[in-house]
Amino acid sequence: MNKPLNTFTNGLLRENPTFGLVLGMCPTLATTTSAINGMSMGLATLFVLVCSNVVISLIRNLIPDKVHIPAYIVVIASFVTMVQLLMQAYVPAVYETLGLFIPLIVVNCIVLGRAEAFAAKNGVGLSALDGLGMGLGFTLSLTVLGAIRELLGSGMCFGLKVFPEQYGMLIFVLAPGAFIALAYLMAVVMKIKK
Amino acid sequence: MVYLLIIISAIFVNNIVFSQFLGICPFLGVSKKIDTAAGMGAAVTFVLTLATVVTYLLQKYVLAAFGLEFLQTILFILVIAALVQMIEIVLKKISPSLYQALGVFLPLITTNCCILGVAILVADGTWAGKVPGAEANLLQGTVFAFATALGFALALILFAGIREQLSMNKVPKAMEGTPIALLTAGLLAMAFMGFSGVV
Amino acid sequence: MKRLESNLLNMVLSLTLVTLAAAALLGGLYVLTEEPIQKQKADKQQKAITSVLPVVEGMEIAEAEEVNGMTIYKAYVGDSLVGAAVQTQENGFGGVFRLMVGFDSEGNVVNYEVLEHQETPGLGDHMTTWFKTDKNQQSVIGRSPAKSKFVVSKDGGDVDAITAATISSRAFLKAVQGAYDTYSKPAVEAVSGATSLSENAELQEIYPDNVEPQTEEKDE
Repeated sequence: MNKPLNTFTNGLLRENPTFGLVLGMCPTLATTTSAINGMSMGLATLFVLVCSNVVISLIRNLIPDKVHIPAYIVVIASFVTMVQLLMQAYVPAVYETLGLFIPLIVVNCIVLGRAEAFAAKNGVGLSALDGLGMGLGFTLSLTVLGAIRELLGSGMCFGLKVFPEQYGMLIFVLAPGAFIALAYLMAVVMKIKK
Repeated sequence: MVYLLIIISAIFVNNIVFSQFLGICPFLGVSKKIDTAAGMGAAVTFVLTLATVVTYLLQKYVLAAFGLEFLQTILFILVIAALVQMIEIVLKKISPSLYQALGVFLPLITTNCCILGVAILVADGTWAGKVPGAEANLLQGTVFAFATALGFALALILFAGIREQLSMNKVPKAMEGTPIALLTAGLLAMAFMGFSGVV
Repeated sequence: MKRLESNLLNMVLSLTLVTLAAAALLGGLYVLTEEPIQKQKADKQQKAITSVLPVVEGMEIAEAEEVNGMTIYKAYVGDSLVGAAVQTQENGFGGVFRLMVGFDSEGNVVNYEVLEHQETPGLGDHMTTWFKTDKNQQSVIGRSPAKSKFVVSKDGGDVDAITAATISSRAFLKAVQGAYDTYSKPAVEAVSGATSLSENAELQEIYPDNVEPQTEEKDE
């Protein structure tokens, strides 16, 4: 396999942030009450990941080693603020649903983790691909988890009615259901991997 | 009276881990032994309370005063990172024994989302919406932050206790590690749901 | 290119540059997005107000008034009051929720919007649609708190509570009742002599059905 493709699929499958690296658990659990919410959260993170990876890769040689963490945090936090401003201006409803978890992308371990582990050592093109792969992998996991919780909990899939709501298991939309659904999904992924 | 409500609400009803989903990474990561869980809990309590006070004042007297609220995220994360560094240095000088107990956890705390999360909740005053009669001022906000941190410590220690027992049991291959931990957390969350509606 | 050395000058310089660039970029974006953000907020409020008011031709919405900690937007055709949107808040099950309720000139509920809530998903959060759905006794639309008892049927009232969310339902109805009381109270400030008189006469008709409006003003 060639390197760019390898870099891209790495985040998508092998080192999937949620199921492989077990990072970014807070938004994964908190925002997946429906498929749409999970996907929006994933896409916001994807944007920050790609942008911060690109910028950090560009400036990586201009930042002395001892201060690289604060510099990276500033870069990441700037992009997060951009996402906040843009979402407030153009998709306020989504911004309200995701609420606190948008500013918290800053402390999502995936973003700083990829900056450290990949963008600080590789060129712009590859770093962008890595961010894209990781971001899509994260989005995919969140969407799948959101879809499962939405279907089991309220009988809907992407907002479309599949079966009457009263037959749903409400617990899956509530907090405990997040943990339980993710536990079983992760077990299934582990089983398939082996 | 309102302080009691804030404390009960923050520790039990709206537990930061089980119902707010903040601080899940350390919750899953440092919960294999009760000792380390207690250390982490103490470190978080210390930093969270201090960080909340500092960020609240910054929000009120710097950001809001100059109309720069949009810089909240970037300022808060930098302040928290600097604060954690400072606590580490000061602790090392003043109390080596305390540093030994908490020191290893401090670097992990910067990226603990419950610190930034609670700081934002208190600075924006949104936390007060969950407690009838609460006002989003500094004193009540600080009590809320402290109680939230206690809730985090409680969740962590409870969870560590269960995991210590669990580690001696046989678990299906695919469920080993994170899945069984998540499942346990789910059951604990269900138990904490019993508190809902108390406040 | 080799990475810069970690000497003091380099460190200070690089950090300052990064921060300056970030600040400049964000400042620019903030200026660009400020207007759309303000507009979105204003639109949302405006939409909520118009969606709960009766549709009357030539209606104009007056400036917001603060009464009892609630915000009232009164609507007039010429000088006569045709309805009002009342924004109120109440403690629900999961926390405070904010509600916009609209009444027509006879005190009937026209519509309502839940602006913000923290009720349990799948249970209490049904309040956003439940009390609008025309089924059994659950809808409040077109009913007046003066004529029917806005209390859940379990407590002897005339409105069916949300299944498995009695506390949220009680809070919701209490909020609507509170909004109604504020709206129906004789206007303290006279808009103009004639209208406030006719307004009062109209409201006096509604009042007798109400349970002791005088004491209710001061309750809690």
